[in-house]
Amino acid sequence: MNIITISIISLATIGAIAALILYVIAQRFKVDEDPRIDEVEKALPGANCGGCGKAGCRSFAESCVKASSLEGMLCPVGGNKVMQQIATILGKEAHEAESRVAVVRCNGSCQHRPQTNTYEGAHNCAITHNLYAGNTGCAYGCLGCGDCVSVCSLGAISIDPETHLPVVNIDICGGCGACSRVCPRNIIEIRKKGPKGRGVYVACMNKEKGGVARKACEVACIGCSKCAKECKFEAITIANNLSYIDSDKCKMCRKCVDACPTGAILAVNFPPRKVVEPATPSTETTPSDNK
Amino acid sequence: MKTFKIGGVHPRENKITAGQPITVAPLPQQAVILLSQHIGAPAQCIVEKGDSVKVGTLLAKANGFVSANIHSPVSGTIAKIDTVADGSGYQKPAIYINVEGDEWNESIDRSEELIKECNLDAQAIIDKIDQMGIVGIGGATFPTKVKLMPPPNMKPEVLIINAVECEPYLTNDHALMMAKADQIIVGIEILMKAVRVERTFIGIEANKPDAIELFKQKTQNRKDIEVVSLQCRYPQGGEKQLIDAVIGRQVASGALPVSTGAIVQNVATAHAVYEAVQKNKPLIERVVTVTGKSLARPGNYLARMGMPISQLIEVAGGMPQDTGKIVLGGPMMGRATANIDTPTGKGTSGILVIPESEAHRHEPSPCIRCAKCVSACPMGLEPYLLSKAVAIGNLEIAEERNIYDCIECGCCSYSCPAHRPLLDYIRQGKGKVMAIMRSRAAEKK
Repeated sequence: MNIITISIISLATIGAIAALILYVIAQRFKVDEDPRIDEVEKALPGANCGGCGKAGCRSFAESCVKASSLEGMLCPVGGNKVMQQIATILGKEAHEAESRVAVVRCNGSCQHRPQTNTYEGAHNCAITHNLYAGNTGCAYGCLGCGDCVSVCSLGAISIDPETHLPVVNIDICGGCGACSRVCPRNIIEIRKKGPKGRGVYVACMNKEKGGVARKACEVACIGCSKCAKECKFEAITIANNLSYIDSDKCKMCRKCVDACPTGAILAVNFPPRKVVEPATPSTETTPSDNK
Repeated sequence: MKTFKIGGVHPRENKITAGQPITVAPLPQQAVILLSQHIGAPAQCIVEKGDSVKVGTLLAKANGFVSANIHSPVSGTIAKIDTVADGSGYQKPAIYINVEGDEWNESIDRSEELIKECNLDAQAIIDKIDQMGIVGIGGATFPTKVKLMPPPNMKPEVLIINAVECEPYLTNDHALMMAKADQIIVGIEILMKAVRVERTFIGIEANKPDAIELFKQKTQNRKDIEVVSLQCRYPQGGEKQLIDAVIGRQVASGALPVSTGAIVQNVATAHAVYEAVQKNKPLIERVVTVTGKSLARPGNYLARMGMPISQLIEVAGGMPQDTGKIVLGGPMMGRATANIDTPTGKGTSGILVIPESEAHRHEPSPCIRCAKCVSACPMGLEPYLLSKAVAIGNLEIAEERNIYDCIECGCCSYSCPAHRPLLDYIRQGKGKVMAIMRSRAAEKK
């Protein structure tokens, strides 16, 4: 009985003394941190993707609190909604920023781009890219090993089992650019997200001359510049046998889509077009196969 | 018998073409000359479309110190200067020559006569080697003149001739040694003069007893050249392993092999040096082992550079029905190619046609930490750890554990019972770590 009492008393005393020491030290060396940092951090998605250019969400929250204005600060994953919340927390003015989304600039599915050999090495795009041109005739196209999938902290990218190409879920993707940075062939581009996720882009990165590119892949851009001639907004430039559509200038009229002889330009998330009436003689082909 | 101290494996030798003499391959109709057939900067093209060239005409000039001249291996007209897909499938700049006849430059001595006397001094020999575009044709294609000019604080003491040919299947050096022993010995004398050493060791693996016998007989009355018979073990032909095997010295991590006092040159390079210095002949042709279990006429073919490998396979009896994979070089260090129209170059030592039944890798299974890769690594590294570190992106561990010492011999992947692609990851990590180290060094400056 006596032993139990002694142990309880002594342990309680040690506990009390330790608590006292800890309390004194905590008060003495207390770092005054703006409580708003925690609040802002809570509002952030917590993906720690680094898409904002900071080391992580905490770091971004700190700089938001420190900054005099929120201009130029954007959490690409949370988008304007989160920035609005942060602005309310901090009592600052929110600046609307256009949301961006990752776009896969390769449409070389098995159907369009026949496989020429088999790769059995490590399942990793960077390794494959350093080893050789890949298992198709195209040395610029997607390798399909999914480095972008494993780097995406939001799970917004997956490899389509049929086409073996990455597919971006635009509802989840925040356009942080992690996939774009990891892709050894720079196929993934971060582009302006159009209304309702619409977008028009050249789904090809092949810089070979037209014939060589076309031989490797049916839907390759051959750099014929028909799209550039068609575009009224000077959004299209041709360099290295490859067309590029500037998403800031593009008005999404989709004339280039119809003009492209290989179908390398994709228009995504548009509602299906009305069937072209046979009365209009100028249209010879029906642009139906573009989603 | 001597060999190197740590690691190594002994794959089945499969030297199907051993003992076969050198056969001269016919000229191609069109030769495609890659501008980067060596390690270092690609050569700079100095000819234009429509120019007519003879065998030995300079096509492209070395572009910098670590680079090499490239000469025309055929006579004819330049068809175009364009790109060609090399063994990796990537387009690389190349010169296309339509072959017309076989006219050689007058300056090249084509006689069979053996010229023993060489009156050039060391610098003149090195200049000649540089001019003739000689590179290490054992496989690494490092410009020979760079190796012959070590940093001034390192004094070479011995020359080691690499006649090991430890890669399975390959027999091109063996065939050359049997055919051109006298020329090789003159080449060795010239190399000794160029680097001012008094002593040479010729390292030959014991699976070539006829070559050992021949060279022992040719050098029996001399004290300066000694033939060293070595136990068969891969990768004995690696520069660091060979120095260890022959003179028992180890190259420190990060140091140049010449820091041990030994300069290593391949036996075929010695022959090329003889031809360059004594016969004025640039490096335009080489012996290529075209081999494979199902090939009709596997052999050692003397082929001009720039010949598409499909034609060489045709010469060797045509592509077998059951072909599963074509490897440029040996099976251990060579690389499989997806493109059979790629031209041969200075470094193409072999073309290996592997049947479908042997062409595939096994499905990898988890690492069981058996450490077979650790015992096999000739550089004393821990491949299982390095590959894991690279796979998870922890390059600090990889650097700490000397990933940059890897010689990419493939012993780890070969010995792994779980068939893990160890070297794939290590090679990737090595490149990244070395880039980080270089940028760090540049920042310090």
